[in-house]
Amino acid sequence: MRTMFFSQAIDDALAQAMADDPRIILFGEDIPLLRRNLLVRFGPRRVRGTPISESAFLGAGVAAAMAGLRPVVEMYMVDFLGVCMDALLNHAAKVEAFSGGKWNAPVVVRAPCGGGYGDGGQHEQSLWGWLAHIPGLTVLVPSTPADAGGLMLAALQHDGPVIFLEHKLLSETWLEFLGSGGRHTIQYDVPAEGTKGAVPQNWEPVPIGKAVLRRAGSDVTIVSVGVGVHRALQAAESVEVEGISAAVLDLRTISPLDKPALCEAVTCTGRLLVVDEDYEGFGLSGELGAVALEAGIPFKYARVCTQTTISYNRDWEEQTLPNVKRICAAIAQLVGDKR
Amino acid sequence: MPPDIWSLYELMLKSRLFEEAIAKLWYDGLISGEMHLGTGEEAIIAGIVTQLHEGDSMALDHRGTAALLMRGVDPGLILHELLGYPDGLCGGMGGHMHLFSKEHLAASSGIVGAEGPAAAGFALSAQYLHPGAVAVAFFGEGAMNQGMFMESINLSAVWNLPVLFVCKDDGWAITTQSKKMTGGDLNERARGLGVPAVEVDGCDVSAVWEAAYGAIERARSGQGPTLLHARCVHFEGHFLGFQLIRIVRDPLREMPEIAVPLTQSFLRLGGSTLRERMSGLKTVIAAVLSTVRDPRRDPTNDPVPRMRANLSSDPARLQELEDQIEKEISNILASALVGVPS
Repeated sequence: MRTMFFSQAIDDALAQAMADDPRIILFGEDIPLLRRNLLVRFGPRRVRGTPISESAFLGAGVAAAMAGLRPVVEMYMVDFLGVCMDALLNHAAKVEAFSGGKWNAPVVVRAPCGGGYGDGGQHEQSLWGWLAHIPGLTVLVPSTPADAGGLMLAALQHDGPVIFLEHKLLSETWLEFLGSGGRHTIQYDVPAEGTKGAVPQNWEPVPIGKAVLRRAGSDVTIVSVGVGVHRALQAAESVEVEGISAAVLDLRTISPLDKPALCEAVTCTGRLLVVDEDYEGFGLSGELGAVALEAGIPFKYARVCTQTTISYNRDWEEQTLPNVKRICAAIAQLVGDKR
Repeated sequence: MPPDIWSLYELMLKSRLFEEAIAKLWYDGLISGEMHLGTGEEAIIAGIVTQLHEGDSMALDHRGTAALLMRGVDPGLILHELLGYPDGLCGGMGGHMHLFSKEHLAASSGIVGAEGPAAAGFALSAQYLHPGAVAVAFFGEGAMNQGMFMESINLSAVWNLPVLFVCKDDGWAITTQSKKMTGGDLNERARGLGVPAVEVDGCDVSAVWEAAYGAIERARSGQGPTLLHARCVHFEGHFLGFQLIRIVRDPLREMPEIAVPLTQSFLRLGGSTLRERMSGLKTVIAAVLSTVRDPRRDPTNDPVPRMRANLSSDPARLQELEDQIEKEISNILASALVGVPS
């Protein structure tokens, strides 16, 4: 076993795959600098910089994938997919259906997501619900270095378009690049367990569409992804002293959703608490409730999500994003009848 | 000179008759939704597609039937797709705006301008997997006002991608005259991004073939992209049932439906001044009049008879060829309609 940081693990798995498969190429804005370790190993033909033209280079990535390459297209942030959504919404996601199942676009879109470092509402969104809403897109949100590397490997082996979201609070490189910029004078609420951890000696794919139970519990099931998993684990620990036993399910994949794991976890406790850093309305949190209802499971439900545009002001930002305090309050509300 | 003008004419006529058969199916209500035909642009398609080989790719717009047919896609499969049959080219999932053939590396899109990024991606893949192969983007001049399209010309220039950008310029962006919505000159736009632009008469297949030959050779030999700007007409306008064309063809039927509510709205209380109202009315009238004077009504802009005139020296061969193509198309049509799956 080795120990790695979050983004280091992704790059390491990517490098392992690139060494095995010459069809994998990597491009995006500033990539020669941001992925310099890959650039010096694989050369500028496979690790390319692009103009600030998301629509052109993401669209090109989709078509290059159709024509036989395995491109990893990097977006500076998931927010900027708003600039070039057509390539995903109307092209990548549709090729397989439109071609009658005869053609597909195995492109991996790697994009940092999430907030908590003061970049404001145009640079800190999660948007996985928005992406997972579209049939034909696979959406991955790892919460640990081991999952991040393993899911990147799985994404590179997948036969359709995959959106790989890399939470900036977990990523040592993105947080340094965007949040601290060499300063030691500023601190962010970084979940340590998510940023550094044991990884396998040789990367194996982590299966897409498989959730993992991070913590067993009998009173309430908290379901989350990304940084939310770590906030949920912290909340579960904190309510344990009050005699409340909380389970934490890490979805890891938003789409396709691991419905059996979700239903089993909700059945066990009869209480579902969704912790979702993405927007509350019309998104993942409602979807999880709907899936459990459709399965006929009797359960109580609550959610802790982002409800508004994310504030720049640090206190407001902390309140806007799901935090441990809000999660504990929601747990108390859900299990109130137990006490 | 193109190697074989007879085979170019054969492809153009076949495409024309095939699309005319499609139009009939559309008017008969057997094809739902919109139908964008390429009638009028056959010379552009034929002059380029006949120069493509294994490994070359095509990024097509919403008007891609002619290019697929000429590239060798089974017309029966295309027709079944247009009819929505499960055994169509795309299993009945695509329809005419979303025709795909992996075998021919040809992909359509109904999003104006998306051909640019797609051709850039195909060309990027060619650089790794099929050195010497080219990607062709077919699009209209309206697409050149789309951001992603201009971005993709720039990307192709900086990455030196083997792309032939083919602008099929009929002067109309849906119902709007393109010159009214386009700043500057399209060729200069490409040149401004470091991409050479070649202007050609898109109704003259030999001229297209020759202009494309140079640009394709340039791309194959690693010298980067070219814009081929070919002017043409679309006989059916943007799509079948195009309102401006209906007005020209049958004014007595079409005009009352437009004129009555238009007049009522013009006279209605509340709104702008008479001067502003007159200005709005003039815009509508000008749009109708511009269609009346439209070059698509000029038969010399039809590439098929123009090509045919070059072959008149051998009338017997011409007759035989035309009979054979007509028979072939009617057989395809007949078998498609017989094979209606339950």
